[in-house]
Amino acid sequence: MSAPAVHVRGLRRVFGTRAVLDGIDLDIARGEFLALLGASGTGKTTLLRILGALDRADEGTVLVPPARTVVFQEPRLIPSKRVLGNVTVGLPRGAATRETGRQALAEVGLAGHAEAWPSTLSGGEAQRAALARALVREPQLLLLDEPFAALDALTRLRMQDLVGDLCRRHRPAVLLVTHDVDEAIRLADRVAVLREGALVRDETVAVERPRDPADPAFAALRRDLLADLGVHQETKTETANSN
Amino acid sequence: MTVTTEEARAAGLVAPRARTTADRPRGLSLALRTLGPLALLAAWQISSATGVLTPDVLASPGQVVQAVGELWGNGQLGDALSTSLTRAGLGLLFGAGVGLVLGVVTGFFRLGEELLDSAVQVLRTVPFLALVPLFMVWFGITETAKVALIGVATSFPMYVSTSGGVRNTDRKLVEAMRSFGLSRWAVVREVVLPGALPALLSGLRLSMTLSVIALIAAEEINSTEGIGYLMAQAQNFSRTDVLAVCILIYGLLGLAADGAVRVLERLLMPWRPVNGRAVAGR
Repeated sequence: MSAPAVHVRGLRRVFGTRAVLDGIDLDIARGEFLALLGASGTGKTTLLRILGALDRADEGTVLVPPARTVVFQEPRLIPSKRVLGNVTVGLPRGAATRETGRQALAEVGLAGHAEAWPSTLSGGEAQRAALARALVREPQLLLLDEPFAALDALTRLRMQDLVGDLCRRHRPAVLLVTHDVDEAIRLADRVAVLREGALVRDETVAVERPRDPADPAFAALRRDLLADLGVHQETKTETANSN
Repeated sequence: MTVTTEEARAAGLVAPRARTTADRPRGLSLALRTLGPLALLAAWQISSATGVLTPDVLASPGQVVQAVGELWGNGQLGDALSTSLTRAGLGLLFGAGVGLVLGVVTGFFRLGEELLDSAVQVLRTVPFLALVPLFMVWFGITETAKVALIGVATSFPMYVSTSGGVRNTDRKLVEAMRSFGLSRWAVVREVVLPGALPALLSGLRLSMTLSVIALIAAEEINSTEGIGYLMAQAQNFSRTDVLAVCILIYGLLGLAADGAVRVLERLLMPWRPVNGRAVAGR
């Protein structure tokens, strides 16, 4: 295994009397894209928040790179700052920073919106600005907390391509928390499923890229993951897909 | 295949340090809150005992306690308190009520804002103390003059906060409720007022503070009972202990008003997270 980016051993997090995370072991290698699936309330966001230092662990060892950024479900842009100001917020001021900020905006296709106010952006544009804000910090670990959940279906597909593309170019380790099985298989090198506080599945995605939902391997993995999440599909889908 | 924790550390990984505050025991929190006032009291006691503060400047804490006993014993303090609290309460009731209604009207209805807002803003800039002589002429030395003064003083903060809070109502929520056939009044009752409650209560807090200030102003001039009268008397006889008692009472009134609003916040807005933090989910 190459150099690690995330190292978690025996992680526990308890809310009240319920152990949301109960003895999690997890490794993510540098440059690896891990998708973490789980139904609502299974603690996947809690795991992400602990890795992002937004929540604390009750027990266990958690190690992460010093440089890490988060893209949340909502854009969380400061309404009183223009888009470029939001992307470079907290970075040292200066022409160089503005230039890298503009480059990051160009990468996500928002070059023309640098001086716009966040309230004038569409949902997809705002989320792309949030992505640029995360990437401009050159993170070694990028934490994506259901970043596409609030977008419409078409925008979501485009955003998934963009994120896949950007991650291949910048090679941060990525933890993508999502409900969407197709999204996980499309993007990730590895998928894990969290259920009742434990990782019930952690496997490398063997489907060849570019990943096509019509690929039988895609469909098989999709069915297995959905079964892990408690959704059982009828076999009719299987015959339809394999034909 | 797997990496040991030591190897991970050697590779430059660090433990994420979450800046979450652990829940403090209630007792400790309360003790920390009382620390400031106690320090002030101790400083007062020490400077009185060492002679830095002579009784003709300010009486010592012990003398003040004695004065409280004396005033309470002969019934002066009880009478003064009930008179003053009635005035402040009545004035606040009228003032905050008028401010609330005007605030909702100008904040929610466009016509209301156009008709009323500029007029109220002009009146708002008049310092209420400037109205004291006018009210004397209008009402004479009566309870009405005092209550009216307190009412005027307390209505404006309530008005400004309410109209601001109402204006920030979620328009989408209003639109949704209209589509369910709610009347305008029902929308105000179900959506606008609950939504504006935080602003409303901060307005109430300002109004309560102002009601005490206006009370002092009203009572200092030509009154025959109340805390202000007690103070005027004490001033004539250079009784710094009684003056200190009255000042402390004003302070305690402010504190009680603040506490009352906090309790109201908790009672009226059960849907809000406690201590500004969301209840931990997921």
